[in-house]
Amino acid sequence: MQMADSELDRDELAELFDEADEDATESRSEELRRSIDLTVRTPIRILFHDWRALLGSSIIVGFVLLGTVGKSLVEEPTSGQAPILVPPFQSTDHILGTDLYGQDLAAQIVYATPDMFKMVFAGGVLAITLAAVAGVVSGFARGSTLDKLVMTVVDIIIAIPGLPLVIVLAAVFQPKNPYVVGILLGLDNWPGLARAIRSQVLSIREEAYVESSKVMGLSKRTIYWRDILRQLMPYTLINSAMAARRIIFESVGLYFIGVLPVQSFNWGVIMNLAYQANALYQPRKFHWLLVPMVTIILFSFGLVLFSQGMDSLFNVRLRARYSETIAEVDDE
Amino acid sequence: MRYFLTRLGQAVLTMVTAVVISFALFQAMPGGPVEAMRSQIIQNRGLEAGGTNVNMEQLRRLVESYSNMNPEDPFHVQLLDSSKNIFVEGDLGTSIYRGEPVTSLILQRLPWTTFIGVYAMVIGYLASFLIGSMMAYKEKSRFDSVLSVVLTALNSVPYYIVGVVLIFVVGVKFGLLPIGGRVGSGVDPAFTVEFFASAAAHAALPILSIAALLTNTALTLRENAVRVLGEDFMRVAKLRGINDARMATRYVGHNAILPMYTKIMIGVAGIFSGTVIVEQVFSYPGMGLLLFDAVKTRDYPLLMGTMIFFTAITVTAILVADITYGFLDPRIGAGDADG
Repeated sequence: MQMADSELDRDELAELFDEADEDATESRSEELRRSIDLTVRTPIRILFHDWRALLGSSIIVGFVLLGTVGKSLVEEPTSGQAPILVPPFQSTDHILGTDLYGQDLAAQIVYATPDMFKMVFAGGVLAITLAAVAGVVSGFARGSTLDKLVMTVVDIIIAIPGLPLVIVLAAVFQPKNPYVVGILLGLDNWPGLARAIRSQVLSIREEAYVESSKVMGLSKRTIYWRDILRQLMPYTLINSAMAARRIIFESVGLYFIGVLPVQSFNWGVIMNLAYQANALYQPRKFHWLLVPMVTIILFSFGLVLFSQGMDSLFNVRLRARYSETIAEVDDE
Repeated sequence: MRYFLTRLGQAVLTMVTAVVISFALFQAMPGGPVEAMRSQIIQNRGLEAGGTNVNMEQLRRLVESYSNMNPEDPFHVQLLDSSKNIFVEGDLGTSIYRGEPVTSLILQRLPWTTFIGVYAMVIGYLASFLIGSMMAYKEKSRFDSVLSVVLTALNSVPYYIVGVVLIFVVGVKFGLLPIGGRVGSGVDPAFTVEFFASAAAHAALPILSIAALLTNTALTLRENAVRVLGEDFMRVAKLRGINDARMATRYVGHNAILPMYTKIMIGVAGIFSGTVIVEQVFSYPGMGLLLFDAVKTRDYPLLMGTMIFFTAITVTAILVADITYGFLDPRIGAGDADG
């Protein structure tokens, strides 16, 4: 039945796409079922078979909960709310201890989380959009003046060291809004991904199925959209987790050395205060530095695992094995 | 030859872009350069307080002498003026806070940052290539799987946290290496063994922590090398009886490193970026610390100058890497690099 279905599909496909008309009413419900299976259920099924994806997404979801639900459960830390320098795991009121100003460390971590996500979101979206546009455009227009122009811009941005530039930008504009900080960091993070997407486009263009779509006489638009752009999605998603990790590294680093204006709680700021207070040399302050460090490492560990797990999630063969609507015989 | 010229042209273009960006930023400062620098000059020069009493003409001249631009000229004239000053005369203006020429302030720091950056780059890449190829060679062995986990974990640790941990373990706990400054106190900067030993000991931890940026290179190399080892031409090479050393370098090494072109260039830029944070962690007085001081004192000419020089080192390092790469990759020489 599956075989017959897909053969039918293919016959209609050429006509359908030739007229650039995607109205396929008769198989609507079937299509819906299939797309739900492929986009929702299969990934979840694979998720539970790949420990990296599972652990990685659990960590990320954990942080999301921390920044949303957690924030409403924990009271906002203020200085002097508790005894100073309570060691971690000693008091049930202050599980991770308190800092030199008597602020609860766990609460500070929680209150810093939403801004972290805002930065990652703004920076990630900007970086990926720029990278996808630049990469796809120059990949399609390979060898043209446009391609050369875009790639020259990309190479120039790669060669201008990011952090000094971001620091100068931050010094001039004094960004307090986490979205703006994210955008500044995103500006520096797209060129590598743009080049990667471009070479991905180039290699997909050479694939046999693109060739056969051409022979079948499908329109250029269809080939670009159905055969090439869709194949890029997973690749982009995997890379976006890594872009998020870079943005976290850089923003926390800049807050850590104290060149970004401080407006609220931030993991880097906690590290900065602890480091300035010589926490490295004084055992009773040590946890103050350790708590934000472990938080950052845990969050980026989640992102790294997530991106590795996604890698296998989008592995075509693996997908086929876990889906219900794709036949065993790989005829696509 | 054409390849080298293109690369050189690219490097020059990058430098010009950096200058234009820094210039545009200068103009984009809230209220323009005059307004932004005014309060700084008043503060640091002890001019008549109050701001309104300041002679506008005097102020204009001060801004001009610090930034090398006449704030009343039209935009393009200012841009041309400052570009001429930078590229022809090597003059980046005067530091507002320290009152010294920006160029000479930077040149005092430049060798130190270059020193830790270049060593971090060389050590980081050599170690990654070595570890990555060993992992590929012993694929699926215990060594391979343990190191894969270790490297993945290291990948999640920011390099400046590596630095903090190194300070704690090597410096504080065991007292093995110095953890701040660039030479020991009382060591004269001269061509003596003592001076070089002290400089090397002080630079060791900063270099190691920046090199930690490159840990994922080892994993990428491993992946590439595993793929190359499975290729048909490897089997053919083995049958032809080509010796192991030649196979490891010419066949595996070559083909595993080549697809990493963009990654390596980004890594080089990342290393010099990374010195900014690492120098701060180790209080290592290089250009990163200078940039940091410039931010703290709102010293705009120094800020712009440091950014331009950071770009200059990075562009040079990338150019060197690029040319080295050109020798490796025959496709690049032919003008067709889609790595």
